[in-house]
Amino acid sequence: MNWISNYVRPKINSLFSRREVPENLWTKCPECGTMLFHRELADNLNVCTNCDHHMAISPRARFTALFDTGIFTEVKVPEPITDPLHFRDQKRYPERLKAAQKATGEKEAMLVAEGEIGRTPVVAAAQDFAFMAGSMGMYVGNALIAAAERAVKLKRPLIVFSAAGGARMQEGILSLMQMPRTTVAVQMVKDAGLPYIVVLTHPTTGGVTASYAMLGDVQIAEPNALICFAGPRVIEQTIREKLPEGFQRAEYLLDHGMLDRVTHRKQLRDELIVIIRMLMNQPPAVKGDLPPPGSPSSEAAEAKA
Amino acid sequence: MNYLEFEKPLAEIEGKAEELRALGRANKEMDVEKEAAALDKKADALLKDLYKDLSPWRKCLVARHPDRPHCKDYIDGLFTEFTPLAGDRNFADDHAVMGGLARFNDQAVVVIGHEKGSDTKTRIERNFGMARPEGYRKAIRLMDLADRFGLPVVTLIDTPGAYPGKGAEERGQSEAIAQSTAKCLAIGVPLISVVIGEGGSGGAVAFATANRIAMLEHSIYSVISPEGCASILWKDAEKMREAAEALRLTAQDLQKLGVIDRIIKEPMGGAQRGPKETVEAVGKAIETMLKELSGKKPEALVKDRRQKFLDMGSKGLAA
Repeated sequence: MNWISNYVRPKINSLFSRREVPENLWTKCPECGTMLFHRELADNLNVCTNCDHHMAISPRARFTALFDTGIFTEVKVPEPITDPLHFRDQKRYPERLKAAQKATGEKEAMLVAEGEIGRTPVVAAAQDFAFMAGSMGMYVGNALIAAAERAVKLKRPLIVFSAAGGARMQEGILSLMQMPRTTVAVQMVKDAGLPYIVVLTHPTTGGVTASYAMLGDVQIAEPNALICFAGPRVIEQTIREKLPEGFQRAEYLLDHGMLDRVTHRKQLRDELIVIIRMLMNQPPAVKGDLPPPGSPSSEAAEAKA
Repeated sequence: MNYLEFEKPLAEIEGKAEELRALGRANKEMDVEKEAAALDKKADALLKDLYKDLSPWRKCLVARHPDRPHCKDYIDGLFTEFTPLAGDRNFADDHAVMGGLARFNDQAVVVIGHEKGSDTKTRIERNFGMARPEGYRKAIRLMDLADRFGLPVVTLIDTPGAYPGKGAEERGQSEAIAQSTAKCLAIGVPLISVVIGEGGSGGAVAFATANRIAMLEHSIYSVISPEGCASILWKDAEKMREAAEALRLTAQDLQKLGVIDRIIKEPMGGAQRGPKETVEAVGKAIETMLKELSGKKPEALVKDRRQKFLDMGSKGLAA
C-alpha cells in the first residue's frame, strides 16, 4: 500500500459511514474494510470480493448455494424439551432462545436438509453461528442424529458444516452429553459404509471440535477458520506467552496434519461432488451437464420479503 | 488436615480441642479431657451440619480437595498386579493419565484414570490431572487392547479438563478427545466409569462414555467449570456460586437427569476425612457394576452403550 492509498482510503470510508446507509444494504468487510453491496456479497457466498475473507453464512444461504438449482428438503428434527435445567444466568435461557430465534428466523442452531449436489444425492447439516454462537445443545444433537439416520436410511453420504463456540452452557451436563450422542450419529453413518465429510467453518471450537467435527472421513476447512479445542485467550492465560501468527487457523492445522484440505468457499461445492462421487464408487460427474446451484442473493431477498 | 474456607469454624473448634489436649499432656494434674470431649462433640455436630446440605459450589471445593483419594490411591487399594502400560506410540507418555493391566477381585481388567498428584512435585509431574492428546491416545490404545482380549475396562475420572496448551492444540487435542470418546462407544467389553473428583468437560467425557457411570457423593461433572461459566455468562468470575447452582453439576442432579447410574456415599465430612472407607465403597460399586454387565455379548454391550447416550436428556429434570 503506498502513501496515497493510505491517505485516501480512510477518507473514502469515513465518507461512506457518514452517509445514512440503509441497514443491511452494505456490509463492511471486517478484514480489509471494503464496503460490499449485499447482493454482490451474497452472490459471492459472503466472501469478500476484495480480500477473500470468509464471513459467516447462514445454513439456508449455504444450502441454496450447495444444492442443485438451490432446491433442498428440510429434514425434520425431533424437538427436545426446552430449558431442561431451568437455567438462569443474567437472563432466562428461554429468553435467550427467543431472542436468537427472532434474530435468525431459525428454530435452532442447526439446519438439516436432503437434496442433490451435482446430481449426487446427499444429506447435509449446517450449524448456524448466528444462533447463540452455534452452540451444541440437545437440539443440535438431535439434528445430527436425525441427519445420520436419514443418511443411513437413504444410503447417502452425510456432509456436516460445523460452526460453533462449543457446548450450550445453558443445558449444562446435557450439552456435554452431546459429545457422545453426536459421536454415535457419526458411527451410524460409518457403520453403514457411507462417507462422512466435515467442512469446518469459522469458528469451530470446544466440544464440537472434540466430537463430530473431528471425526470426518475427509476433513475440509474454509480458509482462515479458527479451529481449536481451547481458545487462544485461554491458552495465552495458561502458558503466559504470545501465540504464533495464524495459530489454530485452518492453514496452521493443515500444516500440523489435522486437516485434509483448506478450500475456498467458491470451490467447495465442486470439490465435494468430486470427493463424494469417488467415495460412493460413482463415475465422474460430466462437468457441462450438471445443474447449477441456486443463487443465494435471490434467496436472501426472499427471506427478507 | 487441610480445611476448606467454609470449614473454618470447624477448624477453630478442632484446633481448640487439640490445644487443650496438648496442655493436658504438658500439665499432668490438669484434667482437660472432659472439656476436650465436649469440643469434639461440638465439632462433630458442626461437621454434620456443614455437610448435611452442601451447596453445589461447596461440593466443587470438596471435589477438588487436595487430600481426597486420587486415582493412584484407588489403583493401590482396589487392584492387584497393577502393571502400568505407557505411551501413545506416537509422541510421548502422558503422566496425567494412569493406565495399565490389573486384577480386580482376581479378574484381569484394564484400568485407566486421570491422576492429579498429591504434592507439589507429583502435581507438576501429573500436570494437575490435565491430559494432553498423548493421554487420550494412550487410553485409546489400552481400550483397544482390552477389546482384543475381552477384558473389562474401568475408568476413574478426576480432571479439571483437558490441558489447554500450545503443543496440545498442535498435536490435535480435539481429535484425540473425539477419537477417545468414539473408542469408548466402539469396544465390545464392559466399560464402567467412576467420577471420583472432578469430571471436567470433554476431558472427562473421553473416558466416561461408559455402560455404567457412578459418581462419588461430593464429586462433580460439568460442561464447564463454574468459574469459567461465570466469567462468560455473568461476565464476572466471582459469580461462581450462582454458576455452580445453575449448571446442575452435582451427583444428585446428574442422577435426576439420568446422566449417571449410581451415587457412592462418602464418609461424613467428605472423602478426604475417610480415604480408606471411600476407596472401599468405590470398590463395592465397581464390583456391582461389573456383575451387572458380566455375561453380556460384545454386540449387546456396544448397542446398549450407544442407546444409553442416544436416550440421554430426553426427559430433562423429570427423568
